[in-house]
Amino acid sequence: MTDPRSQILGAIRRSLRRSPRDAEAEETVRHRLDHHPRNLIPARTAVGPDGLVELFVAQATAVAATVERLSSPEEIPDAVLRFLAGHNLRPAARVAPAAVLDAVPWERTPTLDVTRGAASADDLTSVTPALAGIAETGTLMLVSGPETPTGLNFLPDNHIVVLRRDQVVATYEDGWDRLRAAGAMPRTVNFITGPSRTADIEQQIQLGAHGPRRLHILLLDVQEG
Amino acid sequence: MQPTAHAFPENARAALADARLRKALGTMKSGFQGNRAAAIARMPEWEELREEGRRIKDHVLAHLDVYLERFEARVVANGGHVHWARTAAEAREAVLAICRQAGARSVTKGKSMVTEEIGLTPFLEQHGLQTVETDLGEYIIQLRREPPSHIIAPAVHLTRDQVAESFRRAHGGLDPGRPLEEARDLTDEARAVLRRKFLEADVGITGANFLVAETGSTVIVTNEGNGDLTQSLPRVHVVVASLEKVVPTLEDVSTILRLLARSATGQEFTSYTTFSTGPRRPGDPDGPEEFHVVLVDNGRSALLGTESQEVLRCIRCSACINHCPIYAAVGGHAYGWIVPGPIGAALTPGLLGLEEARHLPNASTFCGRCEAVCPMKIPLPKIMRHWREKEHAAALSPTSYRYGLGAWAWLARRPSLYRTGAALAARLLGRLGRDRGRLVRLPFADGWTDWRDLPAPEGKTFFQLYAEGRRPNSPGDVR
Repeated sequence: MTDPRSQILGAIRRSLRRSPRDAEAEETVRHRLDHHPRNLIPARTAVGPDGLVELFVAQATAVAATVERLSSPEEIPDAVLRFLAGHNLRPAARVAPAAVLDAVPWERTPTLDVTRGAASADDLTSVTPALAGIAETGTLMLVSGPETPTGLNFLPDNHIVVLRRDQVVATYEDGWDRLRAAGAMPRTVNFITGPSRTADIEQQIQLGAHGPRRLHILLLDVQEG
Repeated sequence: MQPTAHAFPENARAALADARLRKALGTMKSGFQGNRAAAIARMPEWEELREEGRRIKDHVLAHLDVYLERFEARVVANGGHVHWARTAAEAREAVLAICRQAGARSVTKGKSMVTEEIGLTPFLEQHGLQTVETDLGEYIIQLRREPPSHIIAPAVHLTRDQVAESFRRAHGGLDPGRPLEEARDLTDEARAVLRRKFLEADVGITGANFLVAETGSTVIVTNEGNGDLTQSLPRVHVVVASLEKVVPTLEDVSTILRLLARSATGQEFTSYTTFSTGPRRPGDPDGPEEFHVVLVDNGRSALLGTESQEVLRCIRCSACINHCPIYAAVGGHAYGWIVPGPIGAALTPGLLGLEEARHLPNASTFCGRCEAVCPMKIPLPKIMRHWREKEHAAALSPTSYRYGLGAWAWLARRPSLYRTGAALAARLLGRLGRDRGRLVRLPFADGWTDWRDLPAPEGKTFFQLYAEGRRPNSPGDVR
């Protein structure tokens, strides 16, 4: 009983006046973790599927993300090119090695220099998929994995995220349900709400502190498959 | 950091005379308070959410041992390591051992209050590790060798020109004639300098806003993205977190996240909320190969079951600090320890002892705004009052103060005598202040009159006026 772990747990139990193996406490905890019940859900997302997409766009725009709506994945390369040209940026993009982006006809836009893979320090623009868009606060939910390395979300100056409208859900809890349905917890789950920002100097908001200066969302008005 | 909480009165006097500090703190009201109020106005369920947040944390504290065991088991199942530290020294040693094991030479750090508390950065530097704070505010104060003065805006006490001065001194290789007047210039320069540090770091250290028992995840809530670069680029990710950060499930974190950013900056959600679960998985092209969590007690377990247990519900949003008239006047450094403001006044005596921190619970007017804005409904004035009682009982306050208080208590327990005395005093003070309507000097009250005038009483007490029938007819008729 001299290692720090036993001493800390012992001190907690003494303060709580409980014995080391308290069956009732263990059962309470086990039940809560197994069932993970939802708490209060704010009513703002009770707006139907079309309303959710509108809410997502409004909320994302309110935090300085930009959104362009597309009707097919074929429009993605041109939309990327337009975005980069609009900001006077080099027409090059590091695209996540994700299967959903394999179907995009990148080769039809030869002026856009597309490479695939994890981010390097020199990449200025990335294109990644998302797991979900959360309407409540205009938040993107991205997960790490072989097809979606985390560095793409933070190293480049410009982050372009491709999201299908059927991926837009109401709340964080809905996002967790989608993730649980997809399998185990990945190494990293990123909730991203607008571009990087800071107000550390005289409380003036500056975008692009360390992460992307711009967050651009390509919202596809299509269903999966 | 050496605490200077015992010198609060001197610290506060110096702060009140500091014109530059006044200017820097002047922006707080329009910023934090206004933004928070606007965010809460957009959330009709706010009060219910606060109640749920309080319930979740109370439930965790009542089962803290079991949740910590479950959290640890999940971290290990995901391929991570958990290190338990009773004290600041054990926590520092644990982090150093991980860095040595990894053969590390350079370390990047995300913003973390508990690493400030345990003095981690100077310790690692002393042991030969280049250690860089990467949050912009933390980077600025690291360059200046200052402690943070605010939980979420560590450099809020500084003005732009002070930051520019520090950057010119630290970034020697850059063009001395470059413009650094605007916050934009400063932010861009820090971005460029720190980007190199992120890429060369061997170990990345972050704190955690939450530890999720269900999944073994650690959670950071940030705006800059520095925490994410800190924890995803180096080979090793070390999380330092205090015990009470654990929450049961992803649903529970989601509820508390709805409270956190709105209370802190008035954002609906911060730019980045990141869940880290173990090291990189087979097939992952990036992410750390090792994942360590250092769980720090450093006095928390002893607060459980005491009158100040409720401070352990704190989620470090800083709403109480942003709404405190004392903090607004003296800033964070006067408090002399890591966490300033009302939460610091309630927490620090429990962690450092009353001997060191007895002044802090007295640094409050008990206006109650801290409790009113606290998303976790921590009864901060009640806890400060509890510390004041302990201070009195332990005879730590000055003798004259205790005798004065004793005399007042004796009088207050004898209502007829008290009323007679009060009527006399009211008449006397009313007459003394009749000409100006205020009193400029008063014997035994120079603590008040040295700094401001005392409004003169009308000449009669409330009871006398009430007996004469001079009272409003109804509550709606108060003039």
